[in-house]
Amino acid sequence: MWTFFHKLASPPHFYRLSARMMPWFAASGIILILYGAVAGLFFAPADYQQGDAFRIIYVHVPAAYLSMMAYMVMAIAAGIGLIWRMKLAHAVAAGAAPLGAWFTFLALATGSIWGRPMWGTWWEWGDPRLTSELILLFLYFGYMALRSAIDDPARADRASAVLAMVGAVNVPIIHFSVEWWSSLHQGPTIIREGGPAIVAEMLYPLVGMIVGFSLLFGALLLSRVRAEVLYRERRAKWVREMIEAGTRA
Amino acid sequence: MIEKLAMGNYGLYVWSCYALTLIVVLVCSVQASRRHRAVYSDIMRRLKLKES
Repeated sequence: MWTFFHKLASPPHFYRLSARMMPWFAASGIILILYGAVAGLFFAPADYQQGDAFRIIYVHVPAAYLSMMAYMVMAIAAGIGLIWRMKLAHAVAAGAAPLGAWFTFLALATGSIWGRPMWGTWWEWGDPRLTSELILLFLYFGYMALRSAIDDPARADRASAVLAMVGAVNVPIIHFSVEWWSSLHQGPTIIREGGPAIVAEMLYPLVGMIVGFSLLFGALLLSRVRAEVLYRERRAKWVREMIEAGTRA
Repeated sequence: MIEKLAMGNYGLYVWSCYALTLIVVLVCSVQASRRHRAVYSDIMRRLKLKES
């Protein structure tokens, strides 16, 4: 087990392995997303209160879930990089940040579009779920700005890792905000006491979308980390040998 | 079919969310592959310069 992780942390091994894994992640993710989108848009019954507007959840929920998951990936990787000085971990953190920012933007935008017909407003500043999710977006921006503001890569890694770890406190706040405070946002739908609050015809496409988007996120993350690894290792012997051999792995 | 696409008068909201999702996914994919290609060609250029 440890040998596997130790080997995985080696940049050349990761670079080659990720090239093989990426297409599988992307293809399985796209298949699940297509299933989820078609089943969610055309076969799931309309909600008795929200009507067809509820179908927005099939893109909103995966985006919101990934916005938090990407942050956790970033914070854990940054922590590993800071404690064990693993270069690959910092590359993972750097690769997760822009993806997390995009999915946070998507969660906020789709939530806002859903809120207009359902709540009668695009945005509600007093709502803890909305506000904490917006703070998450600013945390991503802060992390990326800090990284690009420091020229020395080692210092940039360390400083941004501290910010990523401190900001992780916002993730449980986002998740539990609807339980801790009064919120316009609805409570948990899938993972809750007494089982999911929606019928199987609505639930399966949603699970398909969440898993599909997670796999696609995995493929995108691998792609970004590969670029980051290549950049950091640009003077390494294995990169030179790989390029000279013309193997665009 | 048109009735289904209208999504009970919520069509504009529903379809704009799906379109936005598609755009974000495409932008993320393009950004990721562009970055990799840029780094790769930069290294290749440097190696060629070094050789010459």
